[in-house]
Amino acid sequence: MTGRRLCLPLLLPLFTAVLAACGDTAPEWRGHDITGVMPDLRYTLTGENGETMIAGAYSGKVRLLFFGFTHCPDICPATLGRLKSAMTLLDAQQRERVRVLFVSVDPKRDTPERLAEYTGYFGPRFVGLTGTQAQLTELSKRYRVTYGYAEPDENGAYAVSHSGAVFVFDPQGKVRLLFNQSVPVADIAADLRRLLEDTA
Amino acid sequence: MVDEGLLSWLRLLLPWEPLWPLIAAFILVLAIYLRGLGRRTQLSDIPGALGFLTGLAMMYAVMQTHFDYLAQYMFFVHRGQHLVLHHVGPFLIALSAPSAVLAAGSPNWLRTAWQRLAGSLPARAIYRVVQQPVIAGLLFVCLIYFWLIPSVHFEAMLSARYYWVMNLSMAIDGLLFWWLMLDPRPPGATPVTRSIGVRIMVLCAVMPPQIVLGAWIALSRDILFDVYAVCGRAWPIPPMLDQQLGGLLTWIPAAMMSVLATLALLRLLFRYERAQRTVTDSSLATTEAT
Repeated sequence: MTGRRLCLPLLLPLFTAVLAACGDTAPEWRGHDITGVMPDLRYTLTGENGETMIAGAYSGKVRLLFFGFTHCPDICPATLGRLKSAMTLLDAQQRERVRVLFVSVDPKRDTPERLAEYTGYFGPRFVGLTGTQAQLTELSKRYRVTYGYAEPDENGAYAVSHSGAVFVFDPQGKVRLLFNQSVPVADIAADLRRLLEDTA
Repeated sequence: MVDEGLLSWLRLLLPWEPLWPLIAAFILVLAIYLRGLGRRTQLSDIPGALGFLTGLAMMYAVMQTHFDYLAQYMFFVHRGQHLVLHHVGPFLIALSAPSAVLAAGSPNWLRTAWQRLAGSLPARAIYRVVQQPVIAGLLFVCLIYFWLIPSVHFEAMLSARYYWVMNLSMAIDGLLFWWLMLDPRPPGATPVTRSIGVRIMVLCAVMPPQIVLGAWIALSRDILFDVYAVCGRAWPIPPMLDQQLGGLLTWIPAAMMSVLATLALLRLLFRYERAQRTVTDSSLATTEAT
């Protein structure tokens, strides 16, 4: 009995602390705030002209990092389409300070030319990137995402599993936000506007 | 010419995210245990050693090999990882009752340090609290629930730090819980060595909440854990199938462990009773002789 009497006062503050920690996240941003959870943006990849691209190339701009592949039937075109719509909600000056980095995790099929054509559908601020498996693994591991390939069918087509999230970095390359598939276009635009104002 | 296939297999044994202090701890425990076995050279240690080493190897494998990569990107593999960390691994280790072998293998400085720590008042007080049967059962179940709250799960899978807090908390709680349940010393030998009946009651009590949780996940019509879509899966698999498999792994084998532990306890109970009867018989015999 003494054991039980001793334990309750010890456990109660613990539970309260856990509850308080859970209820504490005020929804300031519409997307998911991941400031400080992941390392700064860094990569070495191949650009749309076959040139080597490093993260410093767009420093000073808000960058939206998204992993996919151009043969993607649903998530990639939908996500890039939503980002395109969100960009149209910004004014021209704000738009110029944003870049969408579309990293293809299917370098076998996604040549720089194909990537250039694909990102062209979405606008000039969409940048296609890809790389060797080692480069892609390093970058995806850095942001705790992954990708994988299914067996090819008789036509050689195969599905690719990849991250469905958009990672947002501020002009200094610090990780700030995560948009999953369910964040509405207006919310994406609102967060981008706010981030651009905060870092202007 | 080195075989490429063999090399890629060997690569699977390497850690995905090396956690050096953890690797060092495993090596230390393994070395101490093997040294203890060597010093004792008792045939009766063999079954325990098999259990202990299997449990240790399983816990290491799910944290520090390529298995960990899959566990980060597949919900059902993650559930398998926790099944090993919180149930199977600690269960085997506790069942093997390794204290004597570990003590025999420990260097003197470590034994002294351990005795000092175990003898200190705060350590004893904390141990008494977490090993109180009701609290131990609550901790065991609440920890499973806590890390499966969808928003908590999301943060844990996204942040490297919380990910390890999650896995290590499961491993430590598993070791504490199964040691409390399977402690082979006669009940009452220490203040935390509970009677077999109390332990069986705790084992039964932790079963239904795990069944409910596993069933809720397995039978849910919605995707509960969207972090696997956010981070991508290790290979393309229907998200619903991933979740259902994960739910089943939370549901059936986890609850089965309680049944297995009950069987182990019943065996222990028969052994005590037989031992006691032998003692009574021999004392009766002595009385008759005099």
